[in-house]
Amino acid sequence: MAFLHDMRFRAYFYQVVAIGFVVLAGWTMFSTASDNLAKQNIATGFDFLTRPAGFVITEAAIAFEATDTVGRAILVGIANTVKVSLLAAIFGTLLGLGVGIARMSHNPLLARLALTYVELLRNVPLLLYLFLWYSLIILVLPPVKQALNLLPGVYLSNSGLVVPAALLQSGGLALLACLVGGAAAAFFIRTVATRRRIATGQPNQGGLLAIAALLAPVFLLWLAGGFSVDWDFPTAGKFRLTAGLHVRPEFVALLFGLALSASANVAEIVRAGIQAVGKGQWEASAALGLSRGKTMRLVVLPQALRIIIPPLTNTYLTVFKNSSLAIAIGYPDLVMVSNTVMNQTGQAIETIAIFMGVYLALSITISLIMNWYNAHVALKER
Amino acid sequence: MADVQMLALAPPQPAPTAQRLGKLSAYFGTPGNTIISVASIAIILFVIKLAFGWLVVDAVFSGNGETCKVSGGACWPFVAQKLRYMLFGFYPYEEQWRPLTALLLLFGACGVSMVPRFWSRALLVAWIVVILPVLYILMAGGLFGLTPVPTTSWGGLPLSFLLSFIGLTLAMPLGIVLALARASNLPAIRVLAVGFIEIVRGVPLISILFMATVMLPLFMPDGVTIDKLVRAQVAIILFASAYIAEIVRGGLQDVPVGQFEAGKSLGLHYWQVMRKIVLPQALKKVIPPMVGLFIGFFQDTTLVTIVGLVDFLDTVRSAIRDPEWQGIAVLEGYLVAAAVYFTFSALMGAYSRFLEQHFRTTHA
Repeated sequence: MAFLHDMRFRAYFYQVVAIGFVVLAGWTMFSTASDNLAKQNIATGFDFLTRPAGFVITEAAIAFEATDTVGRAILVGIANTVKVSLLAAIFGTLLGLGVGIARMSHNPLLARLALTYVELLRNVPLLLYLFLWYSLIILVLPPVKQALNLLPGVYLSNSGLVVPAALLQSGGLALLACLVGGAAAAFFIRTVATRRRIATGQPNQGGLLAIAALLAPVFLLWLAGGFSVDWDFPTAGKFRLTAGLHVRPEFVALLFGLALSASANVAEIVRAGIQAVGKGQWEASAALGLSRGKTMRLVVLPQALRIIIPPLTNTYLTVFKNSSLAIAIGYPDLVMVSNTVMNQTGQAIETIAIFMGVYLALSITISLIMNWYNAHVALKER
Repeated sequence: MADVQMLALAPPQPAPTAQRLGKLSAYFGTPGNTIISVASIAIILFVIKLAFGWLVVDAVFSGNGETCKVSGGACWPFVAQKLRYMLFGFYPYEEQWRPLTALLLLFGACGVSMVPRFWSRALLVAWIVVILPVLYILMAGGLFGLTPVPTTSWGGLPLSFLLSFIGLTLAMPLGIVLALARASNLPAIRVLAVGFIEIVRGVPLISILFMATVMLPLFMPDGVTIDKLVRAQVAIILFASAYIAEIVRGGLQDVPVGQFEAGKSLGLHYWQVMRKIVLPQALKKVIPPMVGLFIGFFQDTTLVTIVGLVDFLDTVRSAIRDPEWQGIAVLEGYLVAAAVYFTFSALMGAYSRFLEQHFRTTHA
């Protein structure tokens, strides 16, 4: 029985047992599930994706009708999830950057205010905030019949904000070309200007020129009448407003909640990152005669960025995953659409597999993008 | 943290006479700073005035829904009348001393366990053998002449604490095993652990809860049903264990390899090295981030309300929707809930900072 004490044999033995256990558990679950499904007459497979959905989605980032397929409904859910997470991440970052810097202000009042803001957001569940924002919108704003007419064509009520929608009639391609061309020109000008500034040591107007290069083509196209826009004005009906662009309270509450909670995390990350930059950097900049603002912008922040990015990646992933709380207030994100699909078709296993797969894939994508960016800003050893 | 602030707060050599002036100059040193101070004071005063007006001046202290409807302030009768329901949900009214006792016992036990001086094997045994069973018997009944109460009637704050605290306690050993598996040099074990951890961390908690409540019954043989509360609890345990594993992994990486090798050269077995040498050092390092994780999970248990469990947030929401108070006491209800969550989270946060300090001074 000497082989029982052989390390290599033991290593193989443990691994075989572990894999065997997982395979056995998976097989048992699979066979009971197929039995159960057969008894309930639920067909397995992904055929249901091509069937008509038969339900409406109140807010769709891409066009959707009840007659479209279930697969397209899930796509709408994905688009809605991406839309709200992306916006929440952007707003949360901007807000968090401000709060994080305010947190380190030398003015004790401002620092304390920022601290209170962060603590209030971090110590109360996000779900509670979502319910709160949503109820406040519903309670405080008037019903749609007495919608506030803020500007001509802009109505605010407890069913959301309705604004005129811009419909591009013609010249879409030309517009796109101008935008891309402008962006390319702006990028080029900025690169050249930066290089010249570094070479000569003289400040130049590269930033302004770049902005001009970005906007000029679109402006010229507009002057030349290269594209035409139709404004779709909302009209107040008896019970609801029709036409126009409709920003719903569910979306606003979710975006607001996600962005605020992200901002509290970003603030703490930014603060920790800036404080991790050595005191000597501040002193050296002061000795060179740089102001505090310039020191922060040109010396400290670029170094802090390296420390900030990994935890920031986690915050973005959290925002993305937290957007699934949408189902609690009725914003049709991926989870909510999937839930509807599950109730309508009974294909629980397939639907849950799809949305978990999508979350996994998108999480990995976000990680990859952020890792690439991290490598981009990392200290380059020369 | 002190570095940057010191640099700016204290000018190089403040003259003794200028010190009092220096204190004020933190607020009104430069024109820009003065504007910031005035704006901050204005915001603080505005919030205080708003809160005081709503909570006290315009508030209704006695009456019913009708009196609250006409007033613009807080509706305290709602809180008074609904507090018991918010705390305990549909737990039988006469028996509500039991969840209350369980809560107090849990708080007491946690309070004692939070003191590092009391950390010992005896405390761990006491938790497993005495405290957890007593909590369960208090809630479920059926023994010592206590009326049985099915888990479907459990609700409110005890349920929230049960899900988060018990969930995290049980997730701890699982998380440690996962972290060890991930650091193992057996490829199959490592791949399984990495797969589990990354999949769980890549999907939202709500999807795991959905799996547990909607999908799991399909995987059960005929006639076998598992209590919904238990299913949600297992989902939370699995979810938390992946995050705990990642934190523990960080701790393991901080322990020098020499420790492991030294243990091996003394003739200790893998598990002996881990249990007696590596894990004690690794776990001590990860206690502060672990408390941070606990705060997050305490808040995340609110998600069970989406799959239909009656946790504290859910009882608060049903209290708000009570026909007698509908649309009158929305803010009151959510503020009560927020205050409760804030208190416990802030306490845990303060504890985390205390621990950080404690370990820094004794083991630096």
